Formats: sequence, structure tokens, C-alpha cells
Amino acid sequence: MAALILQVDGLTVSFDGFKAVDNLNFYVEQDELRCVIGPNGAGKTTLLDMICGKTKPTSGTIKFKNHRLNEMIEYQITRAGVGRKFQNPSVYEDLTVSENLDISWPKQRNVLGSLFFRRDQSMADKIDSVASQIFLRDQLDTKAGLLSHGQKQWLEIGMLLMQDPELLLLDEPVAGMSAREREQTAELLNGISKGRSTIVIEHDMAFVRMIAHKVTVLHQGKLLAEGSMDQVQSDPRVVETYLGH
Amino acid sequence: MATPAPQTTASAPRGSNLWGVGSFLLLAALLLVVFPLAMDVFRLGLAAKYLSLAFCAVGIVLVWGYGGILSLGQGVFFGLGSYFMAMFLKLESAGNADSSSGTALSAFFGTAGLPDFMAWNSVEVLPWWWEPFHHVSFTILAILIGPPLVAFVLGYANFRKRVGGVYFSIVTLALAAIMAIVIIGQQGYTGGVNGITDFKTFLGMDLDTDRAKVVMYFITAGLLLLCVLFGAFILRSRLGRVLVAIRDREDRVRFSGYDPALFKAFIFAVAALFSALGGALFTMQVGLASPSLVGIVPSVEMVIYAAVGGRLSLIGAVYGALLVGWAKTFFSENFVEFWPYFIGVLFMVVVMFLPTGLAGLVDRLRGRFLRREGH
Repeated sequence: MAALILQVDGLTVSFDGFKAVDNLNFYVEQDELRCVIGPNGAGKTTLLDMICGKTKPTSGTIKFKNHRLNEMIEYQITRAGVGRKFQNPSVYEDLTVSENLDISWPKQRNVLGSLFFRRDQSMADKIDSVASQIFLRDQLDTKAGLLSHGQKQWLEIGMLLMQDPELLLLDEPVAGMSAREREQTAELLNGISKGRSTIVIEHDMAFVRMIAHKVTVLHQGKLLAEGSMDQVQSDPRVVETYLGH
Repeated sequence: MATPAPQTTASAPRGSNLWGVGSFLLLAALLLVVFPLAMDVFRLGLAAKYLSLAFCAVGIVLVWGYGGILSLGQGVFFGLGSYFMAMFLKLESAGNADSSSGTALSAFFGTAGLPDFMAWNSVEVLPWWWEPFHHVSFTILAILIGPPLVAFVLGYANFRKRVGGVYFSIVTLALAAIMAIVIIGQQGYTGGVNGITDFKTFLGMDLDTDRAKVVMYFITAGLLLLCVLFGAFILRSRLGRVLVAIRDREDRVRFSGYDPALFKAFIFAVAALFSALGGALFTMQVGLASPSLVGIVPSVEMVIYAAVGGRLSLIGAVYGALLVGWAKTFFSENFVEFWPYFIGVLFMVVVMFLPTGLAGLVDRLRGRFLRREGH
């Protein structure tokens, strides 16, 4: 068994008494691509929110390598090597594609460093290669606000590639994409998840089948099943959750 | 939140670098050549007064236009710079037996060396915190370090707790009110509602001569142009891009690994530094530090300068300050009572029809011209 990169133990968060995530244990290995599925309100997005620091857990611990993420705030977690892609594409619309990638480069992120920061060759090369990977090579000088929905999703993935996190959290990366864009994205994700661990939340089962190593099913904030896609799909509890209502 | 961001023109596609340099040179020529040649000393003195207020407007472009922080309290920092300078000048004049305020009268009361308003308010010993303002070097350091430090600490404390948008504007507004109230209330130490005035020399140089006024004008214009350049340097750096990102999506910036609170506090401190410089220069030229330049009304007027000139344009802010300044003088020379209505209407018109101010209008015209050229 490969080393664990993320250990979530006894994680609980309650919003006004409602437990969105309830005593969850969740482990991700090095270099694994994990898909998290589950019906609406299962706590998938909340789980990612807690890992990246957007939401503070009520109890439980989140350990990433040697960092206790539940005791850190957002930018510290990001600097520790966790990258997050949000459900709605969130890019900096008033900046160009190239500038979006630029400020995601994980160097000189303090005030004075960024004031005197100048693009060097290695960064220019990186921007170039990421832009080609996300199919936006010809749009480097376009304002991000003018991109299509799918392109914004790609740009956000590109920003994460610049960040080069060890743990990548993706929330519905193909939402709102055409069939063709989905295929391209699946290819993209298979490429970029190499050499890092990735957690993907997705509804689209065909897409999950295309990319997942292992699937975790959440239901009402709790772990329902975990295993390969085939195992999970034949699990009677999962079938009931998805089809029984 | 408080400021729906208009589309930035910072990265306009064609020839935008050249355009920026060109408009800066035009402004420099106007301030350093045209104004001094075209105006008599009196009008030049007025221009210098507006230019010292333009420092605040340039700072507001940085902090509001690019940082998304609407500060309604820049008068506080302008006031700190202004009062620090006035304290130095007042002590110099009080210590100088020849000048009008260090008269035989104060010698008679045994209050020689004490600013006159203190003697009138039965303050008989110079307060300890006035003492260091005997030294010009301390005064200059206080102006350059004090206000930015206050702004940084105050800004960071608020931004770290995620107090932003309208709430932060209200905090700054309250600060402006508090500062004016404290100054007026502590008459014996601050000169009260009359402010600190009646000083004529700076390090022995008479500030009232025509020559001194012209020199001060050039110093003011030169420093203002430097501030515009420094602002442009900030906006063109990566820090400038991070600021725009924070303005549009602060929550997302945290997940790019930045601490937005530090960046916002930094740009707020830079704006405070500019305002303090303007305040110090204002006091040297107008011969006055007054609570009427510290409170809410002047602070809001400073925002109007930036809005009229264009909140995304450092150079526009200078024009905005000059135009509104001249309009104000014109109105107060002719129909005083209409000024508040005029500035109110002006602000509404700008906000409703010209959200990017005059600079935005110029940019739009230029865009139309370029397109026609292209065909």
C-alpha cells in the first residue's frame, strides 16, 4: 500500500445543528485519483471546503503530509500544496489568461516579493506549456471574462497546474461542458493527475468511469461505500441510494 | 460589494504603453511648463493647493479603483501630514522672537517658545508629544512613516477579520469624524477649530515671498508626478495584478496562496503616505492646518476628485483634483451657496453616466478613433 497523503479522521461539521458531514473517515494515497460521488446534499463539496480551509470543521482532524490543515487558514493550506478548483469556474475575469496563470505561479506571494517580481524564462515557458495543455494557447491576451464557460473551467485547471499542488481538489470539472469538451477534459485530467493526488467530485458516471482509480460514495454526510467503480456500482446500498427514491 | 468593478482599461490592446507614457509626459509638461508660464503667482498658488489635494486622489485611485477599498477617511492621513508639518512650523515661529507670533506679549506672560494658541488656552508647558517636532528631520520622518503605519495597522486589523466593502468605508468615515472632533475638542493642544496657523518660515526661509511660492509649486508638482510614477510602478507589477484579482474575487485569491489582508493593508498604507505628503505640502503653501480639511466632507470630496478624473486612472485623478478644485474656487468666488449642490450633482452624473470618469471617456474616444483608423 502506498503512503497516505491525506488522512481525514472523525470529520464533522454542523451548520445550525444540521450535520453536513458526519464523523467521516477518508484516506487518499499518494498519486491516487479519487472520485467522490453521491446525491445532492451528501456533503461532497463541504468535504472539499474543509480540506482547503474554506469551511472550519466542528470536530475531527485533517492531516495532509505533516500539516494539520484544520488548524491552518486558506492561503497557508494553499502554500502547503493543496489546490482547489471550485464548482463555478472562478477565474479573475478582469485579468488576461496569461495574467491569470502568472499570479498562480507559486513564487513571491508576499507583498514586497510580488512588487518586485519579474517574469523569468522558466515562468514564461511554464505559462506557455500550461496554456497549450488547457487549449488556450491562442487566447493568452484575452480577458478571462470573455472566455466561454468551458474555457473558464480549463483556465481554472490551468491556474492549478501553475500552482503545481501535491493534492488537487476538483469540484465538478466538467459541469456545463459539451460532450466534446468533456472528452478533452477527461484526457486533460488523466494527464495532470500523474505525479500528484487528485480528488474529483463528479455527477457524470460516464466521466467518473473514464478517470477514476477508486470511488467513494457519500450519503447524508457519511461514507456509504468505497472501492472500484464496478464494486461500488454493484453495491446494493449504493443502488438503493441512487435509484430507491 | 460596494464597488461593482468596471472593465479595466489597464491592458488595452494596442499601443497602451506608449499611450500611458504619452499622457504622463503631457501631464508633466502641463504642470512643469505650461502652468508656470501661463499663471501669475496667485493662480499658481491656487494650482499648488489643488495639486496637494491631488495626492489624495492619486492614492484613492490605487486603493479604491484597483484595491476595491472605498476609503472615506483619506482626510485623516492628509490631516496627519498637515498637522505634523504645522507643528514644526509653529514651533519654529514661536521660537523666533522676530516673527509675529513670538511677540513681546508672550515674553510678558512668560510663555516664550510656546505656540500662541496654547498660551491663550492656559496650556503653560509644551506637551511632551510636541517636543520632537522642534526637529525638521523628526517631522519629515513622522510625515513619511506615521500615517502609512497607522493605515497599515488599522487596515490589517480590519482586513484580517474580513471587514471589507461598505463596512470598512464606514470605519474610515467614523475615523474622519473622530479625528475632526478630537482636534476641535483639544483646543489647547491642537489649535481647535481655528487650526494651527500664523507661521511664515521653514528653516528660516520666508514662505510668503513670490519666489518661495514658485519653488513650493515646483516641489509639489514634482513630488506629485513621482507619486503617479510610483503608483504606475505598483500597478504594472505582479502586486497590481493581485490587487485587481482581490478586487474582483477576494475569496479566490486566498486559494492562489496570497494573504489578501496584507495586500489591501499595503495599498491602503501607500495611499495614506500620498495623502500625508499632500497634507504637509498643503500646509507649507496655504499656511494652515485646519480640522475643516480632516473631517468627513473633505474626505468625501477627495473621493469625488478621483471619481471625476477616473477611478482607474492615476493621471485622471490629477486632472480631477484640478478641475474640481477650480470649479470650487469659481463657485466660492461667485455663488458660494450653490457649491454643495453642484458637487452633489457632479458626483451623481459621474457615477451614473461616467463610471470610469474623464479618463474612461478619453479612452472610449480613443478606442473609437483607433477603430476608424483601422478601417
